[in-house]
Amino acid sequence: MRFTKDHEWVVLEGDVATIGITAYAADQLGDVVFVETPEAGKTVKAGDGLAVVESVKAASDVYAPISGQVVEGNAALGDAPETVNDQPEKAGWFAKIKVADKAEYEALMDRAAYEDFLGTL
Amino acid sequence: MRYLPLTPADRAEMLGVIGVGSIDDLFADVPAAARKADLFDLPLHAGELEVERELSALAAMNRPAGAGPFFCGAGAYRHHVPATVDHVIQRSEFLTSYTPYQPEIAQGTLQVLFEFQTQVAALTGLEVANASMYDGSTACAEAVMMAQRVTRRKKAVVSGGLHPHYAATTQTIAHAEGMDITRLPAAIDAEAAVIEAIDAETACVVVQTPNVFGVVTDVTKIAEAAHAAGALLIVVTTETVSFGLLKSPGEMGADIAVAEGQSIGNGLNFGGPYVGLFACREKLVRQMPGRLCGETVDAEGRRGFVLTLSTREQHIRREKATSNICTNSGLCALAFTIHLSLLGERGLRELAELNHSKARELRDALAKVAGVEILTPRYFNEFAIRLKGDAAAVVEALLADGIVAGVPFSRLAPEAGMGDVLLVAATETTTTKDIAAFADALARRIGQ
Amino acid sequence: MTMLNVGRPTRPETVVETSHPSLTGGRGLLQDEALIFEMGGWDKTGVDLAPAEHDASDLGDLVRAAPIGLPGLSEPEAMRHYVRLSQKNHAIDLALYPLGSCTMKHNPRLNEKMARLAGFGDLHPLSPQSTVQGALALIDRLAHWLKTLTGMPAVAMSPKAGAHGELCGLLTIKAAHEANGQGHRRTVLVPTSAHGTNPATAAFVGYSVVEIAQTDDGRVDIADLAAKLSPDVAAIMVTNPNTCGLFERDVIEIGRLTHEAGAYFYCDGANFNAIVGRVRPGDLGVDAMHINLHKTFSTPHGGGGPGAGPVVLSAALAPFAPAPWVVSSHEGFMLVEEAEGEAAQAFGRMSAFHGQMGMFVRAYAYMLSHGSDGLRQVAEDAVLNANYIKAKLSAVMTPAFPDGPCMHEALFDDAWLEGTDVTTLDFAKAMIDEGFHPMTMYFPLVVHGAMLIEPTETESKQELDRFCHALVLLAQAAKAGDVDRFKGAPYLAPLRRLDETLAARKPRLTWKPELAGVSPAPIAAE
Repeated sequence: MRFTKDHEWVVLEGDVATIGITAYAADQLGDVVFVETPEAGKTVKAGDGLAVVESVKAASDVYAPISGQVVEGNAALGDAPETVNDQPEKAGWFAKIKVADKAEYEALMDRAAYEDFLGTL
Repeated sequence: MRYLPLTPADRAEMLGVIGVGSIDDLFADVPAAARKADLFDLPLHAGELEVERELSALAAMNRPAGAGPFFCGAGAYRHHVPATVDHVIQRSEFLTSYTPYQPEIAQGTLQVLFEFQTQVAALTGLEVANASMYDGSTACAEAVMMAQRVTRRKKAVVSGGLHPHYAATTQTIAHAEGMDITRLPAAIDAEAAVIEAIDAETACVVVQTPNVFGVVTDVTKIAEAAHAAGALLIVVTTETVSFGLLKSPGEMGADIAVAEGQSIGNGLNFGGPYVGLFACREKLVRQMPGRLCGETVDAEGRRGFVLTLSTREQHIRREKATSNICTNSGLCALAFTIHLSLLGERGLRELAELNHSKARELRDALAKVAGVEILTPRYFNEFAIRLKGDAAAVVEALLADGIVAGVPFSRLAPEAGMGDVLLVAATETTTTKDIAAFADALARRIGQ
Repeated sequence: MTMLNVGRPTRPETVVETSHPSLTGGRGLLQDEALIFEMGGWDKTGVDLAPAEHDASDLGDLVRAAPIGLPGLSEPEAMRHYVRLSQKNHAIDLALYPLGSCTMKHNPRLNEKMARLAGFGDLHPLSPQSTVQGALALIDRLAHWLKTLTGMPAVAMSPKAGAHGELCGLLTIKAAHEANGQGHRRTVLVPTSAHGTNPATAAFVGYSVVEIAQTDDGRVDIADLAAKLSPDVAAIMVTNPNTCGLFERDVIEIGRLTHEAGAYFYCDGANFNAIVGRVRPGDLGVDAMHINLHKTFSTPHGGGGPGAGPVVLSAALAPFAPAPWVVSSHEGFMLVEEAEGEAAQAFGRMSAFHGQMGMFVRAYAYMLSHGSDGLRQVAEDAVLNANYIKAKLSAVMTPAFPDGPCMHEALFDDAWLEGTDVTTLDFAKAMIDEGFHPMTMYFPLVVHGAMLIEPTETESKQELDRFCHALVLLAQAAKAGDVDRFKGAPYLAPLRRLDETLAARKPRLTWKPELAGVSPAPIAAE
């Protein structure tokens, strides 16, 4: 699993990346009440807005950590946004992307680096 | 000064606590050049009696709608409002409270909003409604922009039957946001031309029923055409009492319904404040503008209400908000809800039937006047007539008889070339005597 | 003597230490109240109408067949229902309502009485202009007061609230740029401390928003502003006094730099109450400013509106103001309603009619009552009251900007709560139990755990002392570790804290018959 400074995580299986927000981010947001996930087919560049996650008090953009084409958004979050709080790094994933360039994945932080980064906040 | 409690002694003592010598020290951050030492060139303070005298004199220069036979409609309607309504909205707890941001001590306002939303959803035949907009015209503009967010298309087709001021408001506001507004020409049966104007780029179609000429239209076919093109249907209603008698927008396939709610609970007020009603299909709720009240529970499990889904709104979403609206029409919504609670289903139906009956009476009387052509085939409480010559001049002439005959269409749309068209409305406040006086005077004036 | 010993006891006979919950859940004068939809009045009405003489047969199939689903109440039931509900609200007429940036001041009832005169309240917006001369005269006079008080040459009267005024102001600016061949300007600069409506409005009009940094003393960072003022900037939007309750000392320089860059200076006038009668925005380089009549000029907030937001304009912007407006001639007053002729440059129309007349009457009555001398005193007392609160509370709370005076509101951060396990929210909720409405919380965003207190000029010293006393006691309790007092608060409000997460996750925005097992009966045929 790799991480960004914007608190997204990525797991790469073959050329499909699963993307979500980290447990730290989910905790910081508070109770998630709504998630807007992307539709399949949408092309994104790393850094583009990929999804929107809302708590009662805030709406936040989730950025694509990696470029590619959306294969699937996690439709289950529509009815159960609390999954993002309960299982942020598993069932609470946001989208799966067919990756254009695996080097982008390699360039992201590993868990140790991300945890070091959290220590600086 | 009667509104200021501090005494000179209080002020001196407070300055001492603050630790400054004078009030001027508290304005030290204001650049010296901008500090005004002298009073502005305006009158000095005045007692209640003097203020009342001045305002009463201004009020006396106006002719209230209730002063005699009166037939203006066109987006604002004279109705009787029960005394209870105005009493309750002047209670301190409703009148002098703020937006209910602290729900524990604002359940009064919040429960009213929940009742209001439910009433509006029921009236319009849609699933959800918000806690009000400024008025019908701004609600219409917001609906068009909402359609852009939902469909991600830029084109709005606006019927020529839409109130020209609503169309102009929508054009101004939605165009600024990047929408392309196609306004169809004004025509009595303008709805017939709408379907042809829909294309694959169309975000929404805006139709009004009863339209500005009073024409009641079943918009089901327009809904079907809009939906087939992937567009939304926005139905506008300026006379909310009509919901008591006519098929609802939701029933005819509207995706968004907006209306001017003034007719229920609110006076004419020379155009404002009014109350915009805004309802839509449940699946669109996240794109809705304005405040929403929702049901929840408190820490002890008791039912309560809160403002909710506020991440759509400006104070959280800032530049990504669905709308910039903040203050809305809370007190007018309260008046609406109290009046509608008093009416109930039965009362609203009876009121609507009475309005339609009065309009029929007016129509029958005017139809007998030589030189009057009734233009509106199926109407609720308002219709258009064609006169021989300038309608505005006829209205001016009838003023001398003590009659306010209606709204010349040229007042709303001088460019439309319909100077001979007069819009006339009747409500439950219109008497048989009023109607007879109007018909007689009109016969006399245009017979000359 | 005659011994008469019948009748009731006249003092409490025994003191019971613990409270007994009532048997029904009732709480004395505080009545629980169902929704109108649960009162079962599907066939009931509280109005008596004359019978209709004609039926609706001519409308054929346009007539609705299905019931609407509206309950009705008799008049006594309606009165009781809404009076009971009213008693669950806090209100300015009950106690201090210190919501920062909202200006919750006393609402004189004279204003209500005047707005209800038939000559204003029962006046149709499209009644012939010869029949509404008094109304047009009032709009004209109110406009004169607004122009004089702000030192600006023009005012657009039709915007219906502050945010609507902002929209009007930015559309005016956009139209002016377009007319001057500057339509390519795409950016609006907004300080980080701004009201949410500012960036929302700018984005709405199609501008991109760039934030201006704030200095450590809570004001616009002039260097950052200068760096960001490019030929692409259409306008800046600055609130003055700003949302930290501070006057922008460098406001004249802000205006100068802005104009030098070819941009316009939009001022958010939400806080005009602090300077009315003492400072004219026109002397500060402002090009456009909305005035919330429901703040400075005391039209009631009504639980969230209606308001009114006229926009004063500089000479450069005046020709682009939206229709309609009032002009006067020897024949009387006239409404210019179309963007043609002398109004050819008007950018369009903000709403169907001429603005919030009901609010105009109230605001004008308020202005006449105060006069030029009273309005000046308004600003002075508003600023004095805020500084008094700041001075009294600084002993126990941490002011966000301790140096120098504030204007009409005192801003505290939550540094003084550190280590107490009590948050700004908890503290605010505990204020409810003490009988006060909380201050504005967590705004402006630039101050951590912000508490923004705006007392307004209509509070007496006694009420301010009562308020400060309550806050000092609460602050001491928080620091003494009395955490439950805060975490569980409010205990004494009609309801305890509400579950906003539940409301947002499972939105229930209307009452639904199927949820209650009641269904509306079709109207009985008569």
